[in-house]
Amino acid sequence: MKTSSLLIRTPEGIIFSQLLAGPVTRFLAWLIDSLCIGVLLNVLGTLLRVLDLLSLNISLAAITVGYFVINTGYGIFCEWAWRGQTIGKKLLGLRVVDAEGMRMQFNQIVTRNLLRFVDMLPAFYLVGGAACWFSRRCQRLGDVAANTIVIRTAAVTEPNLDQLAPGKFNSLRHYPHLAARLRQRVSPGEAATALHALLRRDQFEPAARIELFRELAVHFRLKVAFPAEAMESIPDEQYIHNVVDVIYRM
Amino acid sequence: MIIDLHRFIAAERPCWTELEKMVGRLEAEPNATLDLENIQRFHELYERTSAGLAKLTTFSSEPATRRYLENLVARAYGEIHETRDKRRRIFPLKWFTKTFPQTFRRRIRVFYLSLAITLAGSAFGGGATAFDPESRHITMPFGHDQLRPSERVKQEETRKTDRLAGHRTSFSASLMTHNIQVSIFTLALGITCGIGTILMLFYNGIALGAIAVDYVADGQTSFLLGWLMPHGVIEIPAILIAGQAGLLLASGIIGWGKRMSLARRLREVSPDVVNLSFGFALLLVWAGLVEAFLSQYHEPVVPYEAKIVFGTVELIWLVLFLGKSGRR
Repeated sequence: MKTSSLLIRTPEGIIFSQLLAGPVTRFLAWLIDSLCIGVLLNVLGTLLRVLDLLSLNISLAAITVGYFVINTGYGIFCEWAWRGQTIGKKLLGLRVVDAEGMRMQFNQIVTRNLLRFVDMLPAFYLVGGAACWFSRRCQRLGDVAANTIVIRTAAVTEPNLDQLAPGKFNSLRHYPHLAARLRQRVSPGEAATALHALLRRDQFEPAARIELFRELAVHFRLKVAFPAEAMESIPDEQYIHNVVDVIYRM
Repeated sequence: MIIDLHRFIAAERPCWTELEKMVGRLEAEPNATLDLENIQRFHELYERTSAGLAKLTTFSSEPATRRYLENLVARAYGEIHETRDKRRRIFPLKWFTKTFPQTFRRRIRVFYLSLAITLAGSAFGGGATAFDPESRHITMPFGHDQLRPSERVKQEETRKTDRLAGHRTSFSASLMTHNIQVSIFTLALGITCGIGTILMLFYNGIALGAIAVDYVADGQTSFLLGWLMPHGVIEIPAILIAGQAGLLLASGIIGWGKRMSLARRLREVSPDVVNLSFGFALLLVWAGLVEAFLSQYHEPVVPYEAKIVFGTVELIWLVLFLGKSGRR
């Protein structure tokens, strides 16, 4: 089954995840890289025109070799120099890493780049894209051969809690021991769901909004039972707001 | 269980920062080595940070900290558990005289397989030309089917002008890049469980066999040897080495008789595939130079005997180089 993240379990029993990059993002990174290669080839062509003064033959030979080296070596050089990133990958927050979490070796970089010759067949990376699409770890053939994956490295930003109207009265805060228990019992996924529901609340249809927050409130009320006076006359949306406030703003 | 998360993070953050600095230094200077004290400290920090991550994993309120710790543990994990050589410095001469021939010999069986497939193709192509002359239109590349060998020899030997004059270097460059591209493609097709590599080698063999039989049957053996040997004795083995690399990759994919995971099998063959690929690329650079500057010149400009001797010397050098160089 296809997953969006790869879990790696260390011998110490610790599990960490790597967010896998999808085929579309990778294709966009490739488009940027193609543009960079195009610019490099243009610059090289212009610079080597100087050799025309010396010999047209030598100039043509230098351009032929230069084009080949840039086309083949761009990925190898960039990924080696920037630890798994090309310009396109840098811009889109992607990075090539070893599929088992180890340090990436030079031979892995070369292997995945040489396999591009097959991945790019018949045009526009159709083979590589199809392989990536069907692969559980979103690997093109070069990644399979080199045992590498492409992950997303975009910096994780803190949620913008100011959008949640800070400073509002929160009845749950009167019960710090229950608030602490709530923080323990709510999983990161549940917390994120509640937070995103609040951040996007204005985008929902009124009926859907009421229904969504009702379901969320029922779910979170089962986590920790607050006294009745803390819950009195609080609508579901306000309750979820209070829960998120307790979880994220300690 | 963490009672006071803020206090926990405040207490642990200096350790995380210290670990981050150490990992950053190791990543920036891969050749740097840590002394025993620093190794112990590094390991201690890694374990402490891992424990912190384990505690935070089920805690909902610190997703950013958790992501930060996951990233940090992942980087430190790669440094601590990696057992493969981490040298970044490359010594080209040592690599060429030792690593490349040693790799070739270590995987010699795969080379023999590559050779056998090409010979099978040659036998097929030669047989087709001998028994069905019309097949030349299919089996011979680069317009060789358009002219009888004796006609071509006559043309070449009576030519008054140098047809490569003024573009010999660029011709050489295009030969090099084309041959390297085809060889890389042959290698890369190893990912198809070797089927693509086998087809490429067999097809090359067909063309080679068909042309050889055509020239020999037409009484042009000296011309053929003089034309092909100077560059062919390097170019053909280089393509066979590309086939060797492709079949090696295929053996990693298929993994007959090996009780290892696909990842471990590929991890095992990958360094050798890369060594072989740089090796055949270098050989093809030489072959491209010789083909443009010597092979395309025939009698009376260059006697065939001289070209054959040159090709023989190259072949002896190649056999000795691949067979003996780097032996302890």
